[in-house]
Amino acid sequence: MADDLFNSFMNGPDERGRFGNYGGRFVSETLMPLILELEAEYEKAKDDPEFWAEMDDLWKHYVGRPSPLYFAERLSDHLGGASIYMKRDELNHTGAHKINNVLGQILLARRMGKKRIIAETGAGQHGVATATVCAKFGLQCVVYMGKHDVERQAPNVFRMRLLGAEVIPVTSGRGTLKDAMNDALRDWVTNVRDTFYCIGTVAGPHPYPAMVRDFQSIIGKEVRWQLAEQEGEGRLPDTVIAAIGGGSNAMGLFFPFLDDPSVRIIGVEAGGKGVNDKMEHCASLTGGRPGVLHGNRTYLLQDDDGQILEGFSISAGLDYPGIGPEHSWLHDTGRAEYVSITDREALEAFQLSCATEGIIPALEPSHALAHVMKIAPDLPREHIIVMNMCGRGDKDIYTVAKHLGFDMSDTEGRELD
Amino acid sequence: MTRIDATFAKLRAEGKKAFVAYVMAGDPDYDTSLEIVKGLPGAGVDIIELGQPFTDPMADGPTIQAAGQRALAGGMTLQKTLDMARTFRETDTETPIVMMGYYNPIYSRGVARFLSDAREAGIDGLIIVDLPPEEDEELCIPAQEAGLNFIRLATPTTDDKRLPRVMQNTSGFVYYVSITGITGSAQAEAGDVAPEVARIKAAGNLPVVVGFGITTPEAAARIAGVADGAVVGSAIVSRIAQGDTPAEVLEFVRTLAEGAHSA
Ligand SMILES: Cc1ncc(COP(=O)(O)O)c(C=O)c1O
Repeated sequence: MADDLFNSFMNGPDERGRFGNYGGRFVSETLMPLILELEAEYEKAKDDPEFWAEMDDLWKHYVGRPSPLYFAERLSDHLGGASIYMKRDELNHTGAHKINNVLGQILLARRMGKKRIIAETGAGQHGVATATVCAKFGLQCVVYMGKHDVERQAPNVFRMRLLGAEVIPVTSGRGTLKDAMNDALRDWVTNVRDTFYCIGTVAGPHPYPAMVRDFQSIIGKEVRWQLAEQEGEGRLPDTVIAAIGGGSNAMGLFFPFLDDPSVRIIGVEAGGKGVNDKMEHCASLTGGRPGVLHGNRTYLLQDDDGQILEGFSISAGLDYPGIGPEHSWLHDTGRAEYVSITDREALEAFQLSCATEGIIPALEPSHALAHVMKIAPDLPREHIIVMNMCGRGDKDIYTVAKHLGFDMSDTEGRELD
Repeated sequence: MTRIDATFAKLRAEGKKAFVAYVMAGDPDYDTSLEIVKGLPGAGVDIIELGQPFTDPMADGPTIQAAGQRALAGGMTLQKTLDMARTFRETDTETPIVMMGYYNPIYSRGVARFLSDAREAGIDGLIIVDLPPEEDEELCIPAQEAGLNFIRLATPTTDDKRLPRVMQNTSGFVYYVSITGITGSAQAEAGDVAPEVARIKAAGNLPVVVGFGITTPEAAARIAGVADGAVVGSAIVSRIAQGDTPAEVLEFVRTLAEGAHSA
């Protein structure tokens, strides 16, 4: 028994919120009592069948779960190697995996009697999901979004406003996701007594990384039974692949497979213009080193003096200089591999998904797909890859159009080359 | 007995309250900042809080955020903050310096190396905003072992159940954050602060100074009147931001110090 516990990758975090040396609770004293209360409430909810019954009901009737596990046959044929399955979380209500987690946190906020919800958002998907669930439950919602992201994700800003959320453009720092998270934390410190902070990824102080992972794990759990249903009892994926911003869709897919040694696990970070000294990327694991930010110790993009650097990526959802602490630990232990994909490669994958499968992916999972394109051709047909299609591309068509030289304001349209 | 302990002992003997001033090291540039810091004791400052700039100051309002950005843009580093303390010590061996900031620049340098450098530079204490008692093994305990005071923040959300934990491993003094919020926001009421100070003093034998939201000599007097001292940060930093000369900044500091000392 003791041996089993020791040999599992699924027991983290410890009572201090650590995954190995990563994670923890690096927050100001003002927040500490609330974080302890949240942890206690979450521990209670986790063991409460009523909590999960409510989650299951909402997942099914409001989100549309289970999301399909889809065999991408033409894509597999085109690449001429492994069999590629897509976990279709882009079909969820609001268009991404983010809502899986938001529902859990909002139910918890309701249990704690909090009436005001705050969130940070990069691409706007987590903001939209939070605004959506707040509208459904009649809760006040305030979303912090970097000024730069407000500009490049205009459709999601409008969605959030339609849903009744207040969107606050963040001008501190350089106005991206990291700064939005700083301002959300500042709001929380100020309004700690009535406010619940709904974090959008597996980062932040304990218990957030574990809690968000648990809510997102529905993704991997479904993949387990869906693949068995389609490919036969006991059939596990050979490789699972997901894109990583903070790492929540990836943890959701990976977690249920951590103790299956036959399953190869690959996380794909945003390589921007290339992982180089100019730091024009967001690959915290491939191009960063351990540090402390936003409540936890993890790999961070930082300079020699411990000052945090801004990331760079075509995808606003991956544009974060850190990564969830559990990924840092999985990286150091070698249980998971982490690679990076450039903007250019992601754009190619984006177009291939459209052309071969009729699926317009978000730029985030396009990174995962781009790595599938690299490895699939060298693998046999029996090798099953499951990639997380964690978001749809509606929000990104303006960005992609710009990069492909397509003028969206030209109503006559013109040919793509 | 550290410089901080000695300062409070002396003030107590004189029947005076402490005036603590915060400035950001390197704001607006290294030389101007050093000139201001050197002038603080002469303006009546009993303890200097020297801010170490950080890109992501989660507990600070716009005024101190901007000060940190100015300092970083001017090339400020942790090494230069240490250099500034060392240079100050060449002419002042009595006024305590407490370095205030966030953990990552220290973690990045390496805790052991930082502590020996800080001691050698003449820094007396540390206030690290993102290290609550739950993370004491990181820096708090090593700092005390190295002979530095580790000064803890207590806040309105620190309830009676938690207070003993906050007081444990604390030394020098306790910094009571008078509001739930970030630096430079709402003003604290002396009436609300008094019972909280009494509560903290009852939980340990340390002086309690109060900060956040104090902007005028009158407020410094009111707050110092119900505590062992008052801290002013953003109000001083705003003067630097608006381009006041060091002499003008120090004149303003003098009025604040007189306020606190009148209590
Ligand atoms: C579709 C999509 N995928 C991925 C991410 C990145 O977040 P995470 O790594 O937490 O899944 C985002 C974030 O906005 C997103 O919208």
